[in-house]
Amino acid sequence: MELVHALATMLDSSIRLSVPLLFACLAGLYAERAGVFDIGLEGKMLIAAFAAGAAAAISDSPWPGLLAAIVASVAFALLHGFATITHRGNQIVSGVAINIIAAGLTAQLGVTWFKRGGQTPQLEPEARFLELRLPGAEALRSIPLIGDLYAEIISGHSVLVYLAFLMVPLTWWVLYRTRFGLRLRAVGENPAAADTAGVSVEFQRYMAVVCGGILCGLSGSYLSIAQSSGFIRDMTAGKGFIALAALVFAKWRPVQAMGACLLFGFLDALTIRLQGTPLPGVGILPVQLMQAIPYILTVALLAGFIGRAVPPKAGGIPYVKEH
Amino acid sequence: MSARAELPWWANLLLIPFLNLAAAFAISALILATIGEDPFQAAAIILRGALFSGEGIGYTLFYATNFIFTGLAFAVAFHAGLFNIGAEGQAYVAGLGVALVCLSFDSLPSPLIVLMSIAAAALFGAAWALIPAYLQARRGSHVVITTIMFNFIAAALVVYLLVNHLSPPGSMQPETRTFAENARLPFLHVALAPLGLDLPSSPLNLSFIWALVCCLFFYVLIWRSRLGFELRTLGANPNAALYSGMPVARLTIIAMLLSGAFAGFMALNEIMGSQHRMILDYTSGYGFVGIAVALMGRAHPIGIIFAAVLFGVLYQGGAELAFERPNITRDMVVLIQGLVIMMAGGLEHMFRPQIDRLFAMRRRKALAAVG
Repeated sequence: MELVHALATMLDSSIRLSVPLLFACLAGLYAERAGVFDIGLEGKMLIAAFAAGAAAAISDSPWPGLLAAIVASVAFALLHGFATITHRGNQIVSGVAINIIAAGLTAQLGVTWFKRGGQTPQLEPEARFLELRLPGAEALRSIPLIGDLYAEIISGHSVLVYLAFLMVPLTWWVLYRTRFGLRLRAVGENPAAADTAGVSVEFQRYMAVVCGGILCGLSGSYLSIAQSSGFIRDMTAGKGFIALAALVFAKWRPVQAMGACLLFGFLDALTIRLQGTPLPGVGILPVQLMQAIPYILTVALLAGFIGRAVPPKAGGIPYVKEH
Repeated sequence: MSARAELPWWANLLLIPFLNLAAAFAISALILATIGEDPFQAAAIILRGALFSGEGIGYTLFYATNFIFTGLAFAVAFHAGLFNIGAEGQAYVAGLGVALVCLSFDSLPSPLIVLMSIAAAALFGAAWALIPAYLQARRGSHVVITTIMFNFIAAALVVYLLVNHLSPPGSMQPETRTFAENARLPFLHVALAPLGLDLPSSPLNLSFIWALVCCLFFYVLIWRSRLGFELRTLGANPNAALYSGMPVARLTIIAMLLSGAFAGFMALNEIMGSQHRMILDYTSGYGFVGIAVALMGRAHPIGIIFAAVLFGVLYQGGAELAFERPNITRDMVVLIQGLVIMMAGGLEHMFRPQIDRLFAMRRRKALAAVG
């Protein structure tokens, strides 16, 4: 029973750690399937986390925080769209700029507004998304195996966690079963053909970028007002890039994206768990190695050791309409 | 597209970058005003801090040296049509190489250590670009994604080595010991003192000279050599390069290795020239700013030098600004840099249609006057 309980806690923290990755990864999925590379996931998450922390602190409620996060993140997404779709600027450079602007802006505004060295004030419980106790979690806990799994893994998460996992089938459905999704993928694979068929490439790409903005807003909110109680400087700490790695690892597909994010979340949980504990036969694994594994795995995938990752064909190329 | 070629050279090289820059500064001024600061006063403090004292100029040029190296790094790959956004990681690993040389061979005469360090910086930087280069050339996987991954792998690797192997025994600091006197690049104010020049003291060191040498080398390589011609052909039209029999895969790898080597030279300035020991996160974003430097400088060494000095002014002046105004932090400079990258890179073409129209109108008027 000890083992089952340990395993359940492990899986529980894997899920918690994979949620911000999953939101951001799906955000990247929308943009990149429409042909807009998005390495600005990190920046959008950061500005969202800050907006959520600030608005929740001022209003003492998580909902204005969530709204502010989505607005801020979508604004940055629109900036990316304005640069790369309307003005056909380079998508990579625009993404880099967004990351740097977000890092500077959140820190400077944090210092100016809250005078706490860039942090937002500590949030009271009612200003956060708290963990929901699903019905029966406590009653079932005494049942071996199932009780533990239900109480630890299914129950006891904030509403954003359930939303994140709900977004996976929803994204799948939108992408593969709706006209919107078909058009979105079309402008990412062959924009000229989509254009000929009467689809506005610009509009479709803007819509995709906005979807990405909303999801990054959710991701940032989760970091600052669900997982922790307030924003701290650079709180994304590279998670946007791990999400990007997960996106490549999942070969730009939603269900696989969930798998990749859970895997990377699990690795993160394992790193925390194993800190300082020697493994039989290996000794102590360096923390840094564990942290680098998502990136190493992704490079291995790109090298062709684990299948082949083919990005959307028109990714990174601005569309120039023929006249 | 035809209208694009008709702009006079100065509009393309000076007017458009100037407009982009002005827009970035205007937005920065707005943000400063919103947080209750006087933007004109801030600009005055930045300029005074960066340019109105010998010490300030020294610091400005010291920072500019980093930007020249990372700008050249981005530019050389850019000429070949490649986006190396891994200068950050390549410079970081090169710092390791320079530190290893400086720590292991500090009994050798100084000039020899300098040569070995230059070689180590180039080798380590290039080595870190090799796998992304190979994957791009042979497997077609996008160099942007692999270089991002390698930035993070580099960060993990360096932290591991600094914490576990390179910090002196008994020390809790994740950094190497300080290099011996003869394993340091001389400061310019020290090196030039025997010539009777009395420069104010600053971390500006001999790497600045090396950066200028690299600029010259870059010019000769790109515009006066066969390899440079091939690289530019590959960048301008990969199909043309392929069908004229150029070794495209090999050129891709060469461009990335050169790029990694240029990025690596940043370690000379920071590690060997100023810090005199290997520290955590010494690259602190210079690699990314190099992208803006190269784009604003139109991937030409002269342009890169100007853009690098501009960012140097921003860096040094920004430090003064953060020092004088308690409400402003160094993050404001990061923000301004981000805005410049956005305006000069992402939104590069924003003013283009208006400028095109303006010049087309002028031409029509000129024609009407003649006819």
